[in-house]
Amino acid sequence: MADATVPILQMKNVGKTYSQQGRSIEALRGANLTVRKGEFICLIGASGCGKSTLLRMAAGFETATQGEALMWGMPIEGPGPSRGMVFQDYGLFPWLSVRDNIGFGPKARGRPTAEIRETAEKFIELVGLQRFADVYPHQLSGGMKQRVAIARVLANDADMVLMDEPFGALDAMTRERLQDELVQIWSRTGLTVLFVTHAIEEAIFLADRVVVMSPGPGRIDSEYIIDLPRPRDVVSPEFNEWRRILSSQLHSEHARKVA
Amino acid sequence: MTAVASHTGNETASTIKPRWGASLWPRLRPAVLAVGFPIAMLAFWHFTTVGRPNSLIPPPHDVWMEMRDLAFGGVNDDAYSGTLWTHLFASMSRVYGGFALALLVALPLGMLIGRVPLVRQTLDPTLQILRPVPVTAWLPLAMIIFGLGPRSAFFLVFLGAFYPILVNTIFGVRSVEPRLFEAASMLGCTGTAQFFRVVLPASLPSVFTGLRLGLGFAWVVIVVGEMTGVQTGLGAIIMEARQLSRTEIVICGMIVIGVVGFLSDQLVMLIGRRLLKWSPSHG
Repeated sequence: MADATVPILQMKNVGKTYSQQGRSIEALRGANLTVRKGEFICLIGASGCGKSTLLRMAAGFETATQGEALMWGMPIEGPGPSRGMVFQDYGLFPWLSVRDNIGFGPKARGRPTAEIRETAEKFIELVGLQRFADVYPHQLSGGMKQRVAIARVLANDADMVLMDEPFGALDAMTRERLQDELVQIWSRTGLTVLFVTHAIEEAIFLADRVVVMSPGPGRIDSEYIIDLPRPRDVVSPEFNEWRRILSSQLHSEHARKVA
Repeated sequence: MTAVASHTGNETASTIKPRWGASLWPRLRPAVLAVGFPIAMLAFWHFTTVGRPNSLIPPPHDVWMEMRDLAFGGVNDDAYSGTLWTHLFASMSRVYGGFALALLVALPLGMLIGRVPLVRQTLDPTLQILRPVPVTAWLPLAMIIFGLGPRSAFFLVFLGAFYPILVNTIFGVRSVEPRLFEAASMLGCTGTAQFFRVVLPASLPSVFTGLRLGLGFAWVVIVVGEMTGVQTGLGAIIMEARQLSRTEIVICGMIVIGVVGFLSDQLVMLIGRRLLKWSPSHG
């Protein structure tokens, strides 16, 4: 199904207007985005820029009121296992152990028990949670919970991983470690990642391509290809140069809006 | 937790002269406090009633003798001797029977009201209006509909257990975090499968609270339930003994209901802890 010429995800002029108490609010207008297999893309912007809306449309949790959202050239009709989502608040099933959370997807898709167990084991190991396999989510730290959430999506053979500020609630040390691990997993597995963040540094560290969005109404403002070699050094002059570029871009957007 | 325990353990071991009393007290304290209060109450009861023939309340010792007589006979050898087990069994069968029936009706009904808008719109307003009506108020009507006897008692116990289970089940299935539905659907679990793999387990803590409250209420209403003219049951002998001014039997009945109700609650808690060990507020 993976025709090399067909992008994994294509947003064609998508927009979203909510109506709330008789008033209509335009969350996103005319967004165009093409994601090819294996790319790591970060959506960045201030709150209200529609980055989460765009991500949730890709997931199928929300439908576009204008334009179309395509996956492998086919319209996205609701959520499905081909697009795994990692939420900021984890969204783990509290009544399932780490192992069963990771095995949830394969089980839901009716895989044989032995295969579910094997898959769960494999991904528990990938995220380094062997010692916590039989523990329930409330006994885990935030970083560990997010590892489970990532493993759960990977165990389900998702073509694409959608991440909605996944590390936003974590402390700085844990965040850096998980960023490192995510890049490693991504480069090893050839995953496609669409990652929403509001942290400039995080976007530069992770992404092949950074998509800058701006609010009022939410829209895509500009795109940057981050050509820094990996692993990226966050204190190198080149990294800082990118930081300066993106920062001024985001701030000029902000200034324009305020003015 | 384990780190703290082993730390204090080492400390006592390494102290030159361990004062065993100091380390024993924290462990005994809850038991001493829990038993101390009823003992004080018992003493108060004893000293205010003993040696006063005009006292309407019998002293603890009389109650104790009556309890022995009710359970095993051989003290008074009257109509009540050795009948405790018959009454206890009758009440227990009504409590658990009524509770089981309430469970069977309230659980599926609560799930439907919680998840199906049509059912909610049809039934919820009526149930909300019927809910504040106390079980006692149902007594005359129950006796007209179900007649004198155990069927009315059964119905009243059912009613007492029904609403706590229903209300908590509705609450449980309605308050499932929306995020969990999103998580399930992006992992490929949709439609009715979501009901069994998300709604049911997620609502379990709340459903469980309902069961516990329901069983508690079933014990609470058993006395009212057995005012319907039944011959046996703890409620029945309490009411009968009251008319005969056998207050010691009334108190015995109260004590038995308290103890058995407590034990049955402990049993439910035990089951709950095993089922809900994943839940931070239960496990």
